[in-house]
Amino acid sequence: MAALTQMAKDVLEGAFPPLWIRGEVSNFTAHRNGHWYFTLKDATAAVSCVVWSRDTVRIPAAPDDGMQVMAFGQLSLYPARGQMQFMVRALEAEGEGLWRKAFEATRLRLEKDGLLDPARKRSIPRFPQRVAVVTSPDGAALHDIRSVIARRNPSVDLVIVPAAVQGESAPASLVAALELVARWNRADVVIIGRGGGSREDLWAFNDEAVARAIAACPIPTISAVGHEVDFTIADLVADLRAATPSAAAEAAVPVLDELVYTLAALRQVMVAGVQRRSVSARRDLTRGAGDLSIRATRSVERRRARVQHVAARLDALSPLNTLARGYAVARDANGHALGSAAAFTAGQAFSLVLRDGQVDASTIAVRHGALPTAGGAAT
Amino acid sequence: MSFEQDLERIEQIAAALDRADLTLDESLALFEEGIKRLRAASDALAKAEGRVTTLVEQANGALEERDASQ
Repeated sequence: MAALTQMAKDVLEGAFPPLWIRGEVSNFTAHRNGHWYFTLKDATAAVSCVVWSRDTVRIPAAPDDGMQVMAFGQLSLYPARGQMQFMVRALEAEGEGLWRKAFEATRLRLEKDGLLDPARKRSIPRFPQRVAVVTSPDGAALHDIRSVIARRNPSVDLVIVPAAVQGESAPASLVAALELVARWNRADVVIIGRGGGSREDLWAFNDEAVARAIAACPIPTISAVGHEVDFTIADLVADLRAATPSAAAEAAVPVLDELVYTLAALRQVMVAGVQRRSVSARRDLTRGAGDLSIRATRSVERRRARVQHVAARLDALSPLNTLARGYAVARDANGHALGSAAAFTAGQAFSLVLRDGQVDASTIAVRHGALPTAGGAAT
Repeated sequence: MSFEQDLERIEQIAAALDRADLTLDESLALFEEGIKRLRAASDALAKAEGRVTTLVEQANGALEERDASQ
């Protein structure tokens, strides 16, 4: 028997080169030894098929009975049963059915663990100083992200965390890179992704372990895989999904000029607000002084002194103040304005506040008496 | 204090000063704080060119940033 079946096996394998066959899956069994068994049939014929466990890992998901598939492999003979069988090395379902099935199975497991809950999504910091990028160090994605960040805000630090983004080692490599970012924990935001490619090229971003590593990352994550049309499990888990790596960089980093403008606008609002308040305080004071009796005058005087004091501080801080015209304010160690010669004593330290800084000074001598009006007296 | 925290605080202060329902003392105290933070935030923006580095794990597990600006 052994000699006969061996000879028949050699004849079969010699007569048929590796080839693709098409049919409908039936009687699918995933054996506990890791091999898959099923029958491929059409209207008139059937062929027994086997997928060895070492080959199952490259197939995204097990096929279901009734699925139309294309199988690539070698026709052979199983000597123990004297039965012809097709050894499958690659399997594809119509309409990318196996990919869809694998995607859906992973999605369901993550959903069950609550990892796809929209409430988990963290907001991306508005002004990151340091952006980590988990991607291939040689890929188009990194190049795009680098140039977008350099254009928008060259003061942002970019930290590359290299990882394989395709091939069998990619999932483990991406997980390791994400763990590195988490351990380092000094980035404000993480972009994880790669440029466009085939379904197989992008598959690592549908890997469940990668999805869980993204979910576990203590830093807000932006996924950026392939082109607009590519949607991956990583996109579902990340805090933000960007259509492309360039879009991820745009989402992560605001334009520097806009920040400068924002700060200038806020300064204007603050200055206008405090000036309005100070004008109304002076007006209240004037009105109050006219109305009040002598008994109240002392309190008004105290308030007037306080207003003058704070007004001097305001002038010293305001960008629209007299300092800009070249005047200076003398202030004592407590920040009180020294507005008259009587406020100084010889040897006393004070500081001069000018439009572009402060000068530490000390009083050499005090001479009382009015200065010429055209002089540069401190206001 | 991060740029982000500074900016958020400045936005709060600007909104408060704009509402004008504060006492003069409160306004001035807020204004001083706002200007201080504004300077810090501007300084952060004026920071020199950002660095490009590669994060690598050494044999002993320590993490190191290597220059990757080329």
